[in-house]
Amino acid sequence: MQVYVCVKHVPDTAASIKVEGEAGYSEGVKYVLNPYDEYAVEEAVRVVKEQGGEVIAVCVGKASALATVRSALAVGVDRAILVKIDEQLPDACVVAQALARAIEKDGQADLVFAGRQSVDSEGMQTHYRLASALGLPVVSDVVAFSLKDGGAQVERECGGGAREVIEVSLPCVIGANKGLNEPRYPKLPDVLKAKKKPVEQIDIASLGIEKPESGCRLTKLSAVPDRGQATMLSGGVREMVEELVRILEQDEKVL
Amino acid sequence: MAKIGVWIEMGQDGVKEANLGVLTAAAGHEVYALVCSGDAEGCREVCGKYGAAKVVALAAESGALWDSPDLAARALAAAANEFDLQVVTGLGSLNGRDLLARTAAILDAPLLQDCTAVDFTAGTVEKSHFSGKTVARFECRAPLWLCSLRPNAVEPQESPVEAEVVSYTAPVSGSGGVKVLEVRRDSSGVMELTEATIIITGGRPMDSAENFQLLHECAAELGAAVGASRAAVDAGFAPHSMQVGQTGKTVSPRLYIACGLSGSVQHFAGMKTSKVIVAINTDKDAPIFGKCNYGIVGDLFEVVPVLTEVLRERA
Repeated sequence: MQVYVCVKHVPDTAASIKVEGEAGYSEGVKYVLNPYDEYAVEEAVRVVKEQGGEVIAVCVGKASALATVRSALAVGVDRAILVKIDEQLPDACVVAQALARAIEKDGQADLVFAGRQSVDSEGMQTHYRLASALGLPVVSDVVAFSLKDGGAQVERECGGGAREVIEVSLPCVIGANKGLNEPRYPKLPDVLKAKKKPVEQIDIASLGIEKPESGCRLTKLSAVPDRGQATMLSGGVREMVEELVRILEQDEKVL
Repeated sequence: MAKIGVWIEMGQDGVKEANLGVLTAAAGHEVYALVCSGDAEGCREVCGKYGAAKVVALAAESGALWDSPDLAARALAAAANEFDLQVVTGLGSLNGRDLLARTAAILDAPLLQDCTAVDFTAGTVEKSHFSGKTVARFECRAPLWLCSLRPNAVEPQESPVEAEVVSYTAPVSGSGGVKVLEVRRDSSGVMELTEATIIITGGRPMDSAENFQLLHECAAELGAAVGASRAAVDAGFAPHSMQVGQTGKTVSPRLYIACGLSGSVQHFAGMKTSKVIVAINTDKDAPIFGKCNYGIVGDLFEVVPVLTEVLRERA
């Protein structure tokens, strides 16, 4: 099977984000593979281990995203394509077109995995647009995946602890959620081997994107301040709780 | 005045309450309530009360819309064109975000998910970037755009209009390769975390799945949903569907009670837009006390039962 997995290079979730200019941020932070993409990578590697074939990671990002691409190669991805774009927070429409063109140029996808969302721009849509561009069905928020009768059967979280069981035809695009699997940690020899695996680097301009903007523009990014030191309640347990309930009821009016 | 389509999400007993905030955000414009499943006539009264003059009973030429989210999205996209809508919006629940992403991809129109504020007249929205550490403001200039709203982002407010039901059968059919076989519910009556207006959450110190019963009892008095931290989920005390924070759910209730949580950046990412945050922790130096509204230094196993008791006495 030819399995593609889309990965994104994002600031570590523990990093403090410093806004720069109107709608940019300082890149002097630690970057990681997008946490949801870890589940996508693991599932792609697992499927190919069972079925045979090849896992190809595709990433749209700055040149520095090579580090994230290497981390995917260190956990079982065979080779990678990095589509270079010089934007901090590129539009999902543009990224999806770039991913689609890069995949089509490379080969015939039997399966495409991606994380359900990225933790930087939280767009929650790139994989849907990718599926549309490739003319494939898509299911997201997937927490269980298996190949069955020439198609795939997946379970998707749909709110209130409920799960939908969905049958999807192949090829298809799958948006991975936490719970799908337990991503493995890279071992040192694998990290070293990953440095030798092939990474094709191309410029987004060479892909001939038809629609370079979506009509929605990020105009301002502002930091959200923490709310500061709490009002600490004092006294015995019963006293503190009674005071809390009074405050919530009468002052805050949230009960 | 814009023509705005509001997808209506149905719950177990009719229109989900969390929709009302979305209708409120759109009220004052020409609002089309788009009903994909269930009884559109039954939605008429509540949709009208919150400002929708048209309730559209949406159907496909063949096939039930909820047998395939792909079919439902094609029907929504067709309705957007049929009624000449400028915006399609809806609740940013798991199903809402799924449906709107599918619809946006079909229409090749821009989409902003999980918005915390929206101004349909100006065409601007606000949403979280970097898991709540920053707010991003967007300007939408496309002739048709879509957005989903974070549950509880807009307080529901009545603005009654006379509503009529119109039927529209979209020229779409087939599952598009995506077929829902069944919906499995793990237990009855579990309140969806993201739509709850009060949430009580337990961390690693809960120590077992059984001890979560303590929170469930308190939640019953509060009318709250129960959440869990990543540490509690990873330790197997609670299912992932209950996880709040990074790689879990993002919630925005009016009251958030954190029991035995240290206050990691990743957890705050999922709940920092809550109106009031209360923390209960044995460690007076826990970081959470530096970024919440009210704090109680104490053992959750002592404090929570007393809270349950005080709430019960008050009722």
